This record gives sequence, C-alpha cells and structure tokens, in this order.
Amino acid sequence: MNAIDEIEAAYLRDDVPEFAPGDTVRVDVRVIEGGRERIQSFEGVVIAKNGGGIRETFTVRKLSFGVGVERIFPLHAPIIDKIEVLRRGDVRRAKLYYLRDRVGKAARIKERRD
Amino acid sequence: MKAIIGEKLGMTQVFDDENRAIPVTVVKAGPVRVTQIKRPETDGYGAIQIAFKELAASKATRPQAGHFAKAGVAPHRHVVEVRVDDPDAYELGQEINVADVLTEGGKADVTGISKGKGFAGVMKRHGFKGQGASHGAHKIHRAPGSIGACATPARVFKGKRLPGRMGGERTTILNLDVVKVDAERNLVMLKGAVPGPKGAVVVIREAVKSHG
Repeated sequence: MNAIDEIEAAYLRDDVPEFAPGDTVRVDVRVIEGGRERIQSFEGVVIAKNGGGIRETFTVRKLSFGVGVERIFPLHAPIIDKIEVLRRGDVRRAKLYYLRDRVGKAARIKERRD
Repeated sequence: MKAIIGEKLGMTQVFDDENRAIPVTVVKAGPVRVTQIKRPETDGYGAIQIAFKELAASKATRPQAGHFAKAGVAPHRHVVEVRVDDPDAYELGQEINVADVLTEGGKADVTGISKGKGFAGVMKRHGFKGQGASHGAHKIHRAPGSIGACATPARVFKGKRLPGRMGGERTTILNLDVVKVDAERNLVMLKGAVPGPKGAVVVIREAVKSHG
C-alpha cells in the first residue's frame, strides 16, 4: 500500500451500503443551521456513479413538486449521516440520464428480484 | 529561511472540519542532512546545504564521496543550498525533519521543475484567444494573428510572445496551505498543485511572502 492509499484509507467510510444505478435510496444529510445540526433526507433514484476511491460520487434524482432535482454526493463525505437502499432497480446501463427526458409512467424502473 | 527537500507522491483529496473536500498534494519530505555550512566570515553570506535521499556509497563519484565525507554523512542524491541568517544554529550532519520546517495550518512555498509541455502554440503557452471557429476562418483557428507591422519597423520586436518550448522550467508556487504534517511517515499535505510529475524533487520552504 503506498502512502496515498494509506491517507485515503483513513477517510474512506466502511458503513456505505452496496447500491447501483437504478436503486432508490434515501440519503440522510447533516445540515448545520445557525449552530444547530439536523438531518435532512434526500430520497430518489441513483442515476449515476462516478469516480473511484475517495473521489467516488453518486447522483440522486427525484421529482420535487413536478420539477426534477438532482444532487451529487461524494460517497465518502462525512456530511452524509446514512444511506439507506429502499428499492433495487433492474436496469441495463450504468448511467440513467435518459430518465431526465421522461416523466410519469415512462420513468418507472423495474424492480430487481434475485 | 527554513526549507526541506521532498519527493512529490501525487494528489488526492481529504475532508476538512467543515466537511469540505480539499484537494491536496502529498509530498514525502525529508529527512535531510546538513552537509555544508556557509558563514559570512568565510563565504560572504550565511547558508546551509542540505542533502536528500541517500545514495549507495558505490554509486557516488569520488568528488561527491569526498564532499559528503567531510560532513560525516553518507552520500545523497540531491543537494540544495538554503540561505539562513544564523548558520551557527546548525551543525554538520544534523538531521532536519518535516516537522522542524512546516507547521499544520501554516503556509509554504514550493519550488520544482514543471512538467514539460513540448513545443506549444500561443493559446496554450501565452493564453491567446485564438481566432473564430467559423465566419470563413480557414486553418487559422489557433494561430496568433499579426505579429507586427510591415515596412516600419520591418522586424519582429524582441520578446514578442510566439510558439515555443513550454514547461520543464523552474517554477515556484507561493503560499500553499499546509493541510497536514505527518512527522512519523515524513509526509506533508499541501493544498493545491505543486510543480512537476509524480516522483519530482521539490523544495518546500516556509512562505516568505505570507502576511497574515
């Protein structure tokens, strides 16, 4: 293990569940407002995972009052309190950007059963 | 001025207290040994010479071997002179570590040889804007344009910025934040980039132009 891997290892989180694009997740984010800390949830479909190691990020897309909202989280960010996988999706590609052009019934994702 | 020699290991990112991702360069710095001391009385100015990365005795040239033997240390690969105000504070053969030079939260300057870019055009080398992509532009998209007038002065002025070799020159980056100093493993993390490729030898010194 070289020095850089060792430094990164200290920052990697080991409590990250396994999930893949297509899965529906709830990400609990720690928000600090005026010295007080509270948890804010962001629930949606994972449409992409990017990078690797400490730099890995994932994109969550949800519909908020009819408007599509996407948020990119660093997978190992300390700001994330918890990631919960709610539903596994059965998809055939790694980047689900096509969901951006779809609404309603067309934007459904088949559930994975195994 | 306090300085140390190091080897650039590469870049990564770490998270700070406020959960922000900080880009850092990891440098293996030191330990270095003092191999020569220059004093105002004998040399006209005060300086110390520091050496980094031990070299097998069999690989040292005779002049090298003699120089290092005088200081009583094993031959080293890299030697750098650092100006100091009080050369008497140092002694021959003394070991200097990262923690002696840099402190966490402080600032540092890094000197090294930048990556060679080869023969580069004016857009890359001098930041020219280039020319239009369309409107009839033909094969001159990245060209510099006019480089001067015609019969007067009938020559191109000296210093005119033109294409040429870029990079591969001594570069100093000022005031990098020292994110972390690992005295145990002789590592230092500096915020941002430092000159040169991985494995490059760099000189890190206390910031000289940092004012608050």
